[in-house]
Amino acid sequence: MHRFTLHVSAAAALLACGLASAKDLTVVNFGGANGNAQKAAFVQPYEKQTGNKIIGVEYNGEQAKVKAMVEAKRVTWDLVEVETGDLARGCEEGLYEKLDYSKIGPKTSFIPEAPQECGIGIFVWSTVLAYNSEKLKTAPTGWKDFWDVKKIPGKRGMRKTALYNLEFALMADGVLAKDVYKVLATKEGVDRAFKKLDEIKPFIQWWEAGAQPPQFLVAGDVVMSTVFNGRIDAARREGKALNVVWDGGIYDLDYWAIPKGSPNKDLALEYIAFSVAPAQQAAYAKNIAYGPVNQAAIKMLDAKTLADLPNAPANSKNAVLLDGAFWTDHGEELQQRFTAWAAK
Amino acid sequence: MTAPPATPVAAPVAAQRKLKQELRRAELRKKASALALIAPLALFLLVVFAVPIGALLQRAVASPEIPNALPQTVAALAHWDRKALPPDVAFTALAADLATARQGNAAGELARRLNNEISGYRSLVTKTARAMPVEGDAKAALVAIDARWGELPYWQAIAKNGSRTTPFFLLASLDLQQDNFGSIHKAPPEGAIYLDIFGRTLWIGALTTALALLIAFPLAYWASTLPARQANLVMICVLIPFWTSVLVRIAAWVVLLQQSGLVNTGLMALGVTSGPIALLFNRTGVTISMVHILLPFMILPLYSVMKAIPPTYQRAAISLGSHPFAAFWRVYVPQTYAGIAAGVLLVFITAIGYYITPALLGGPGDQMVSYYVAYFTNQAVNWGMACALGALLLAATLVLYAVYQRIVQTNANANIR
Repeated sequence: MHRFTLHVSAAAALLACGLASAKDLTVVNFGGANGNAQKAAFVQPYEKQTGNKIIGVEYNGEQAKVKAMVEAKRVTWDLVEVETGDLARGCEEGLYEKLDYSKIGPKTSFIPEAPQECGIGIFVWSTVLAYNSEKLKTAPTGWKDFWDVKKIPGKRGMRKTALYNLEFALMADGVLAKDVYKVLATKEGVDRAFKKLDEIKPFIQWWEAGAQPPQFLVAGDVVMSTVFNGRIDAARREGKALNVVWDGGIYDLDYWAIPKGSPNKDLALEYIAFSVAPAQQAAYAKNIAYGPVNQAAIKMLDAKTLADLPNAPANSKNAVLLDGAFWTDHGEELQQRFTAWAAK
Repeated sequence: MTAPPATPVAAPVAAQRKLKQELRRAELRKKASALALIAPLALFLLVVFAVPIGALLQRAVASPEIPNALPQTVAALAHWDRKALPPDVAFTALAADLATARQGNAAGELARRLNNEISGYRSLVTKTARAMPVEGDAKAALVAIDARWGELPYWQAIAKNGSRTTPFFLLASLDLQQDNFGSIHKAPPEGAIYLDIFGRTLWIGALTTALALLIAFPLAYWASTLPARQANLVMICVLIPFWTSVLVRIAAWVVLLQQSGLVNTGLMALGVTSGPIALLFNRTGVTISMVHILLPFMILPLYSVMKAIPPTYQRAAISLGSHPFAAFWRVYVPQTYAGIAAGVLLVFITAIGYYITPALLGGPGDQMVSYYVAYFTNQAVNWGMACALGALLLAATLVLYAVYQRIVQTNANANIR
């Protein structure tokens, strides 16, 4: 009996010590290839260096979960990876903490899009055109070819959202990359995009999860697809003959954001600062073809790695930066119209 | 005296009353203990069922964002005719309200709600709130921040939504909308989708139910005629897929139905088709998988009813000269009505709530109401719209159930007559 109590108190003492020195941080990301790259570049080195533990959680970007937590004042997620539009909306609605950049680093050390009020960019990714070079004789060069079903017959994979597809349609219709959002901001521009989408509607195979388009391409279900560039990179590392057309790609950032009321806010800031530091950013880009947000990290990369990144000069030459403000304002209306269009 | 003796009559009356009282008391005691026994269940149902559904119905019409964030503006617009720009006091009130809203999260919620009404309102509110407070003439200042404050529709949107409840989400779920003066119109065709979706949901549900009945009836009939041992084996074969995760079964259908899948290669090997048929990402795939998943819900009630039907009735009819089919149709089938009704109801109601099967196996034209409920809950975070769609789906289910009850009752009455 005595021995038992002794064991229990010893265990309790050990536990208390453990709690005092090492801390847990719950970090939520989108998982997949990106999750694995984060694990190698951020999580493992951080745990090794600080002794703190990162509890990884995966989600699909559902802001409803964050909203429910914040409203109930029971926040169990300390750091969340969010997309541009959700960050802007969540910031306005008070779902996310405002960031203290004195604890992260000077804003000028990052690419201009990265530092935001409630979030900081983690990496640059792009939605691009990809094809299987084993199955296509004529390589497509851009969205005009994507729409040309006579030149390249077969199905095309597209994501089942209004986002990106309207922009791609306008570019296929001859709108210059730099003017896409100017045209899309008008009623005529939206009509024009939908009219262009009508042309290839019978040839579209829709996808929803990022893992689907590489599968479609490898299986030969589609001849071309819109796709997140990192997924193509992951497939290429497995030896698949998939190629990317960078021209007219739409690039965007994913951000770190701290849900309002997180009990580990300071620790979360520490982890943010760690993950956007040059060494970690460069390591991340070597694990997956998503671009660093830290200017110094870009300089640390070799030419071969750089060639696959969305924000390499050659690749971003004719690319479009996703207009988050436009989509926050018009997203609901355009998505509704898109849904109606797709279902008919 | 010829007065009737009081006691002999009064005694039985008193005794009777006492007896009645005791009986009533015993009854009450019984009722109380019965109530106590079901109390946990009643409480459980109340907590996990009635309360959430009530909250859902309430959220479908709730719209507290505008009166919460803009109390002074709503008051200033109360008597406005909505035909010309509002009086200057409204501008002053708006500037004051936005300056207060800026402190908390009210401005964000307000921006989200108003963006439901007019696209682009979100950034207008955020931008204006950031510029607060303003000095001097509020009207001039607001219009200087953004010219849209000088336009009528933006003010009408606020005035229209001054109350804490709104029919907006329910109307939108029925492809209707309210104009700026409160009368109801059809939504423009490029935005009208929900009636189609409700129609599609009911149609897919009906199709699935009909196919499941078509397959389940002979199977259940066959199983009910088998000796117990073999019948058990058949039932196990029915139940094993039933116990397997729905997601696993859907994934299996993806493997089977894809372009180079087992079904297509099989059909091509048999020479049925020359090229692969599109079985996936369309209605065919959804229907096949839903019928497969819901089949046990049809087989089990049918089987249990059929097991209880004495085979002698049908044999008697045949021995009396009836054609075997007539005997089956006019003697056997009517006795299975209860099982058919239970199975059909169970399958149909489950089917119209399906979400994951159409999402994974269907195209954009095969998504059912639940898909949009999930979309509005998780992605768009427009809970008003999600609740309105959910409430309408619930209403549709209840109406169908009432119709079903009606039919069953008339049938029962007809049988009695």
